[in-house]
Amino acid sequence: MLFAVLLPFLASIFIPFLAKWKDRIHTGIFVTLVPLVIFIYFIQFLGTGFQPETRSYSWIPSLDMNMNFYLDGLSLLFVLLISGIGTLVAFYSIYYLHKSEQLGNFYVYFLIFMGSMLGVVLSDNVFVLYSFWEFTSLSSFLLIGYWNHRRGSRYGALKSMLITVFGGLSMLGALVFMSVITNTASIQQMITEKSIILNHEFFPLIMGLLLLGAFTKSAQFPFHIWLPDAMEAPTPVSAYLHSATMVKAGIYLVARNIPIFADSEWFFVIVSGFGIITLMWASYMAVRQTDLKGILAFSTISQLGMIMAMLGFGTKVAIFAAVFHILNHATFKGSLFMVAGIVDHETGSRDIRKLGGLMTFMPITATLAILATFSMAGFPLPFLNGFYSKEMFFDATLDLESTSNALAGFMQQALPYLAVFGSIFTFVYSMYFFFGTFRGKAQISELPKKPHEAPIGMLISPAVLVAGVIIIGLFPELINKPFISHAAASIYGGEIDKHIYFWHGINLPLIMSIAVLAFGTILVLTRTKWEAIYRFIPGPLSMNKVYDGSVKRAETYSERITKTYMNGSLGRYFRLILGAILIITFGFMAATTGFEFNMAYSAEITLAEILVAIMMAVAAVGTILAKNRVAAIIILGVVGYGLAILFVIYRAPDLALTQLIVETVTVALFLMVFNHLPQLKMRKQAWSTKALNLIISIGFGALMTLVAISAHSSKWFDSISSYFVENSYKLGGGDNIVNVILVDMRGLDTLFEIAVLGIAALGIYGMVKLRSNKEEDA
Amino acid sequence: MEIIMAILAGLLFTTGVYNLLQKQLLRIAIGTALISHGAHLFILAMGGLKGGAPPILVEGIEQYTDPLPQALILTSIVISFGVTSFLVVLAYRASEVNGTDNIEELRGNDYE
Repeated sequence: MLFAVLLPFLASIFIPFLAKWKDRIHTGIFVTLVPLVIFIYFIQFLGTGFQPETRSYSWIPSLDMNMNFYLDGLSLLFVLLISGIGTLVAFYSIYYLHKSEQLGNFYVYFLIFMGSMLGVVLSDNVFVLYSFWEFTSLSSFLLIGYWNHRRGSRYGALKSMLITVFGGLSMLGALVFMSVITNTASIQQMITEKSIILNHEFFPLIMGLLLLGAFTKSAQFPFHIWLPDAMEAPTPVSAYLHSATMVKAGIYLVARNIPIFADSEWFFVIVSGFGIITLMWASYMAVRQTDLKGILAFSTISQLGMIMAMLGFGTKVAIFAAVFHILNHATFKGSLFMVAGIVDHETGSRDIRKLGGLMTFMPITATLAILATFSMAGFPLPFLNGFYSKEMFFDATLDLESTSNALAGFMQQALPYLAVFGSIFTFVYSMYFFFGTFRGKAQISELPKKPHEAPIGMLISPAVLVAGVIIIGLFPELINKPFISHAAASIYGGEIDKHIYFWHGINLPLIMSIAVLAFGTILVLTRTKWEAIYRFIPGPLSMNKVYDGSVKRAETYSERITKTYMNGSLGRYFRLILGAILIITFGFMAATTGFEFNMAYSAEITLAEILVAIMMAVAAVGTILAKNRVAAIIILGVVGYGLAILFVIYRAPDLALTQLIVETVTVALFLMVFNHLPQLKMRKQAWSTKALNLIISIGFGALMTLVAISAHSSKWFDSISSYFVENSYKLGGGDNIVNVILVDMRGLDTLFEIAVLGIAALGIYGMVKLRSNKEEDA
Repeated sequence: MEIIMAILAGLLFTTGVYNLLQKQLLRIAIGTALISHGAHLFILAMGGLKGGAPPILVEGIEQYTDPLPQALILTSIVISFGVTSFLVVLAYRASEVNGTDNIEELRGNDYE
């Protein structure tokens, strides 16, 4: 199983090499094999006798981060979607992307996405899940921005990144909370200990943060705005990431955590509330779109809202319907995206106002489109899977668990009406999509290319998906027992024994469907009359304006703030850095009582040391007061030689020798250079600047003194020095311990030290010797 | 004795930082040198002074001064020598090319 997850990553390493031969053989052909292998591997798990499986692989055991994969019905549903749709999309992309494109980049991103998405749905460890989750955001960013010469692509990529990563970080917060209070990083463990989470005082915060992650990823209102802009990506990407798989990661997250959160009443209110608002808003917005992919984007958002709402209900019917709809949505929406891609590819336009009458030019595409759109609309025909799940959705809204919460009670009353309202618009945009593109009057002259039927290879993938629509529609029981039931049961936490029928007799859900059909048809037929309203709402209420505004404001404000302290004065930067060090370190020392004073290990005081110390102190202060260059340099030398004497007193002969030589050379160097530097001038400084400098420098000195005293006073563990004393001769063969440490035990350090000196020497040589041409001329 | 050395190290840091905060390049170079002296003394004082004989193995002596801080300081002396000399030459070149040794006047170009 680990191999299945890692296979796409491994394969992506070879893609750049294969892409070199893209003129002879399209890279996509190799890529198609990867998800196909994964699909074949996982489909073997399918069957009525399926049991959840766990596979563990150690990764970072010390941090409790392990590749623990948990394959239950829900994971299996997603894994098969990811690999199945992945195969079809990769195959489709062979015909969609021309060989002149940068295929290497595209397929690397594509495979990285596939691998990380598999990781998201299989990981039981929350931190591994989070890592894969962010990888999907990252690869989505790269894929949206694939045509990076387009402004829209860059804008859409950035927008999706900002919103989904914002949500991802919130989710990380929730996951950290959950793992800290339950003391485990495994989701299955958390489910068994859910009472701890439910009764925790931070429970509302945890749930809020987690749902924020899910809502941003699954494009729920008001975070849905990134998805329409993500349509700048190549169409295979839209079909794969932004419809069938990645946007369902949020759905997956919610479904995965239902066993933990479902007992909370607010879970229903929030998840179903946002879900139903998303359903209505996005299906209304879809009607306003003129871009084929724009319609599909909003349609995806609204369908995601519908699934989210059903997950919030938490009843058997609702969860079963949600899982069923995840599968159905992937089939019909995936094929519709591919149809939109075909139309774009063969006519050169996706603008529905220019399109029309394409049925005569592209009969096969049109046939696929009509089946998929009518399934999406929930048209009551026995061979369309969309109808079944929509009908169950209506059923679920009518059959909710009773509640004592007033808000929840009100929502339960309103839900059936809201569901019908959203579905009417779903019907309208579905019809609009099909009839606007394939029926009506053809405007060949408006189109950049003369339309014709797509090559057969391009038609295969959508045809397979549409075949899925029909097969599921005709024989729903085929996938029920071995597949859907397992997935629903793992969310619900108990057996679900449900049958899928086309005909339930005349009941309320059927009446609701008929109402949708009737109102929808009226709205479609009288479309022209409504256009004024479509144009008027939402206008200034659009969330896009909020997003654009906040991004722009964030940029201007951060620029303004940066300019206040980054004014180009090095002295000021240095003061800020030192000030920050002082505040932080002193603050910590005070807060943690880090200062310690203990004179037990202290050495005795002798007169000679005191005298040297006084001499050095006077000299150090003298460097500040000296008005003459040579005097300042000589005084600096006094400090250095004083230090050498101290080394002698403190039994460090090597240090004393080195210090003497280095000090001599340094003073000589200073003396050689000073003549070229201007005289020291006591520049007029403002009194306040002087005081500030004094405070900072005294504060820093005091800090270092305190640190030195505390370090000397506290002995937390035994020194490692005895090791060197004992082994100096044994291992290094030398009596001088310091020398053995330097050249033998820490030999690499010394090697790099020499390298640093060498670099400094080269730099000095360069500065002294080399002159730019201009200077030589002068 | 360690307290006195710690205070002396603190004083070296103080004078070094004060010199660093000045505007003239020579002062800044002097400040850097003072700070490295301070750092060496700081490490020595932290480790404890006069713990025994100089760290050179001699028959019959069991107690030696801690050799580890000395090894660290030895590395540090050499590195700080490299840094200081680089800085001194840089100061020389900078003032020669730009005609000023005031860092407030060395502010890069307008495009920053």
